[in-house]
Amino acid sequence: MLSPILVSPLVDSDRKPDTPSNPLEPQSRVAPCEHQTGKVKTSPALHRAFAFGEPLPSARLSRSPTYNFTQPMSTIEAEVDALRTEALEALTQADGEAGREAWRADWLGRKDGRLTLRLRALKDAPPESRAALGKSLNELKATLESELEARRESARADALASLSADAALDVTLPGRPQSLGRLHPVTQTMNDCIDAFAEMGFRVFEGPEVEWSRYNFDAVRIPDDHPARDMWDTIWIDTLIEGERQILLRTHTSPNQIRVMEQTEPPVRVIVPGKCYRQEATDATHEWMLTQIEGLAVDEGVRMSDLKGTLYAFARRLFGEDRRIIFHHSYFPFVEPGVEMAIDCFLCRADGSDCRTCHGTGWIEILGAGMVHPEIIENAGYDSSRYTGFAFGVGIERVAMLRWGIEDIRHFYQNDLRFLRQF
Amino acid sequence: MKLPLSWLRDYVDVELPPAEFAKRVTDAIAEVEGWEVIGEQWDPELVRVAEVLAVDPHPNADRLVLATVNVGDGPKTVVCGAPNVAAGQKVAFATEGAMLIDGHSGKLSKLKLRAIRGVDSAGMVLSEKELGLSDDHEGIIELPGDCAIGAPLVEAIGDVVFDVSTWANRADLLGIHGFAREVAAVTDQPLREPDRSWSESERSAGDFVSVTIEAPDLCRRFTASIIEGIEMGPSPPWMQQRLIRAGMRPINNVVDVTNYVMLETGQPLHAFDYDLVRGAEIRPRRARPGEKLTTLDGIERDLDPDMLMICDGEGPVAVAGIMGGGNSEVSESTKTVLLEVANFHPGSIRRTSTQLRLRSEASLRFEKGIGPDLARYAQDRALHLLEQVAGGRPAAGLVDAFPTPLPSPRITLPAARIEQVLGIPIEASEVRRILIALGFDVTETAGAFEVTPPFWRPDVALPDDVVEELIRIHGYENLPTTVLRGALPEAQPRPLERVREHARSLAAGLGFQEVVSYTLTSGEILSRVVASDDADRAAPLAATNPVASQHTYLRTSLRGSLLSAYAANRHHEDAAMRFFEVGVEYLPTEADLPHERPVLCAVLGGQRLERWERPGPERLDFFDAKGAVESLLSDLGVEGAFAAEGHHAMLPGHSATVSVGDEAVGVVAQVHPDVAASFDIEEPVFLIELWFEPLTRAIPERPDYAPPSRYPEARRDLALLVPADTPASALLDVIRTHRARGVRITADVFDEYRGEGVPAGQKSLALAVRFRADDRTLSEKDVVRVEQGLLRRLEQDLGATLRV
Repeated sequence: MLSPILVSPLVDSDRKPDTPSNPLEPQSRVAPCEHQTGKVKTSPALHRAFAFGEPLPSARLSRSPTYNFTQPMSTIEAEVDALRTEALEALTQADGEAGREAWRADWLGRKDGRLTLRLRALKDAPPESRAALGKSLNELKATLESELEARRESARADALASLSADAALDVTLPGRPQSLGRLHPVTQTMNDCIDAFAEMGFRVFEGPEVEWSRYNFDAVRIPDDHPARDMWDTIWIDTLIEGERQILLRTHTSPNQIRVMEQTEPPVRVIVPGKCYRQEATDATHEWMLTQIEGLAVDEGVRMSDLKGTLYAFARRLFGEDRRIIFHHSYFPFVEPGVEMAIDCFLCRADGSDCRTCHGTGWIEILGAGMVHPEIIENAGYDSSRYTGFAFGVGIERVAMLRWGIEDIRHFYQNDLRFLRQF
Repeated sequence: MKLPLSWLRDYVDVELPPAEFAKRVTDAIAEVEGWEVIGEQWDPELVRVAEVLAVDPHPNADRLVLATVNVGDGPKTVVCGAPNVAAGQKVAFATEGAMLIDGHSGKLSKLKLRAIRGVDSAGMVLSEKELGLSDDHEGIIELPGDCAIGAPLVEAIGDVVFDVSTWANRADLLGIHGFAREVAAVTDQPLREPDRSWSESERSAGDFVSVTIEAPDLCRRFTASIIEGIEMGPSPPWMQQRLIRAGMRPINNVVDVTNYVMLETGQPLHAFDYDLVRGAEIRPRRARPGEKLTTLDGIERDLDPDMLMICDGEGPVAVAGIMGGGNSEVSESTKTVLLEVANFHPGSIRRTSTQLRLRSEASLRFEKGIGPDLARYAQDRALHLLEQVAGGRPAAGLVDAFPTPLPSPRITLPAARIEQVLGIPIEASEVRRILIALGFDVTETAGAFEVTPPFWRPDVALPDDVVEELIRIHGYENLPTTVLRGALPEAQPRPLERVREHARSLAAGLGFQEVVSYTLTSGEILSRVVASDDADRAAPLAATNPVASQHTYLRTSLRGSLLSAYAANRHHEDAAMRFFEVGVEYLPTEADLPHERPVLCAVLGGQRLERWERPGPERLDFFDAKGAVESLLSDLGVEGAFAAEGHHAMLPGHSATVSVGDEAVGVVAQVHPDVAASFDIEEPVFLIELWFEPLTRAIPERPDYAPPSRYPEARRDLALLVPADTPASALLDVIRTHRARGVRITADVFDEYRGEGVPAGQKSLALAVRFRADDRTLSEKDVVRVEQGLLRRLEQDLGATLRV
């Protein structure tokens, strides 16, 4: 059972209710047989009836007038007036669009409308009254046509008014459910980061998550007994190769600096997205599985100011056009000089409040970066006196947390729909 | 590291407010993680320094005394319960209204004076707890002797203690004097040196002890001094106060001096009781097999031959650079101290401390690399202080074993390199100012700077290291933002990643929620979804040190992750759920990194939502899963074929292999109810897996294209009876390949029916068959003929008959 709300009041009773009806396209359902004239044959019966004065089988013809072509002008006017009165009276009685259509066929039908027939009979009228009679009948035709159109307009307006008022929707009712999936917030953020860097000409490269220790550490200047290894607590794979523990879960995407430079010649301009792993206890800001994006640009003439410009463009793209950035000194064994980049706190705008995000400093640490260490450039087989480069690493979860105000990093990999469907 | 501002001010003037100071330090030196203001709540009027003039018994109480104190305006009588109050002490004194921590409740409250056991008290002599300095409420705090009587306490001992995180290559920043040098450079202030003067007694240190380095690769330098006439006891209040603020516990005057000098200079020192050093000799050497040493923390350590020991004439007396041995520890009875200040190989210290699981303040400094010249500096400073606070008489000279002093490195920094690296030049005068302030020697030659780093900066070895010194002190705010210039690298085609990312967004578009799961899982979960005879998957790689036991194995299948996510969400979701994940299976490879095989895995199931967003009567089924795969493949430009085939953990008869062309590209199936139940899923749940490697191979670079036909197609609906086990795809394959009179035939199945009217063992399939020619409008006669030919072929090939 259809609810009345769903039924358009413009639908005529003789139409199927499930056929959509647009009140603004009235012609589509008017006299379809006449719109397809090519398919409908002229009825011979009608021709005969008129030509030979025989009674026609149709009941409609019983109302056909008999014509006296010798009547004087006053009689002509009287006859046309009577026709007008009758026709307009009938039109007021016509019920709905179906009634109007029946009325139209009755009076104005191209084949056997009463007025049509009357007009067609003009040629048999006496020449002296033919002009006057023709004029009157044509005026009547125009009147009837415009009256019909006016009735239709008025009916359409009434219907629209009714659709807007009586059939107004409760727009606060729920929409019909659609099946909608979303990308994970980390994927969305990663895609935005990739887009930002791709605009600056960076290509995407990917490397393995399970990595050789020599790529993860030694090749990026973190030898076995260096305290810098404390910066990356490592999850090792317990498979021995040649009797040694050599495989680990990469702690950062930086080994791909080496992998990229081994495979290509300058100019290098890549970003490397991917998962990384740390052997560390989790809390609201630490997770043992994390997602990073590494950036690397190596060429003649790559300057630290380019690094700042690149990261500035990135920060504005991700966090708003009015962002400002600062560098401060930091240490990563694979860059020299090394910096951390912070953006101005867009949450408290450094209003001196007890901001949870920037801790009142007005600056939020976003990423580590620096100029690629000349030894790494040399190890790649490039001439470090000629080629310089920069590298950076962004934690995607941190960016996502800042963008959406997510308070706890551990939400990301719990796969709770109540969390995921908010992004 | 704890950095008390009061101590830092011994060497450099700092006038900046804490927040501004923290920012300047963070920008250029090391990260300030926070700071604590000491004495913030001490009212300068109400809490002041007083001197205890006399202590008399309380007339009415045995445990209380009457102390007479002077706060600068005449003697006052105070009732005091502290056992340690004594005449001559400088103490902290509060009068009515002062805000103090209540000794019992621990809350900040206002001091209200009242008579105690019938004696009025003019104020209160305070403990550390009442001042908020520590939890010590046993006795009153004794202030350093140089505090001025009547001075506001906040001026006398108020402080700001910064918490600073320094770098893995900068031992010098772990010395407050070293830190002060950087602050001086950043703020353009002069740096003051600590007093390192001491007076030698007649006897030479060499008469007391000999030092022989037997492992010069691990011990680069060993200096020893001898201090006689030590009077063991507590160190003075000012020294104890500084140690506490820097995070160390005062022990006794000798140990406190070694710690104090370490905190000040960054150079660790160790004091032996000379009389316990056997044979009057010191031999740094590798441990011998089976040797043991009980360290100062009371733990017996098994030593191995890679570890450097400090030995006397008979055996180990200290683990070099990490911790001393109990057998030579200074104690109350110590009269003569042998003070070791040495330099060790950083890597060796780190290896040993890792092996022994013993990190100490000393090892944390040594492992970062300390210049050997700092040993002499620290000896001088320590001897000065031992004279001052322990009454010691240093023997003349040092015993200094320094087999191969390293020449100072010289670094040539071309002026142009600065701009090449940074993008901006730095003026020669600024270069000189910065480097000299940091202790570097610098001379200018044509277009270059000849730079010699100071001995405390072994981390500076290359021209770019010097560039970093320049820009960080010059200020990163002076670095402009510029745009990368030059040519773009050539693009490498990445077809698999393109397909993968396309599939990812399609899956979301098809109503699946993306999830990301931990890639390390448990063996138990993997075993539910992986066949025990699946050679690639049944022996996953394991983590040596997983964060938790449920994250031990690198997953060789994503199925367990998805089913777990489905089950967990079912607790709070009523209706249909669809999840997918894009990830890799880590398939072990002999003697190499595993093959990281990229897949998309999805699960779906549950009741479809009806109009009012409530679960309706209809459940998602196999064909929802299959439809999703069809849509996905279609958007990737290919058509999938589905063949009934069993898969592990899937329900037989409800499981298909998806293929494209010759490549098997995935699975669509209902998860076996037993397997689903093992994940606590008690409803039909369906699984999709797509394998990106074969899928990428199967996708043509350009999809097939044919222009739309100009001629109408004729459609016939046919109901065909076929044996019940004939798959619909068999009919469709015949129809697709049937050729007659230049007419193309395509067909879709639109119903399957078994039951009344259909003979047992058969089923009726309803097909919408479309006929089309590329060169003409088909006549009725054409269609009838082609249709009859097709029906004959279907009957011959598949036994299909027209149902009437």
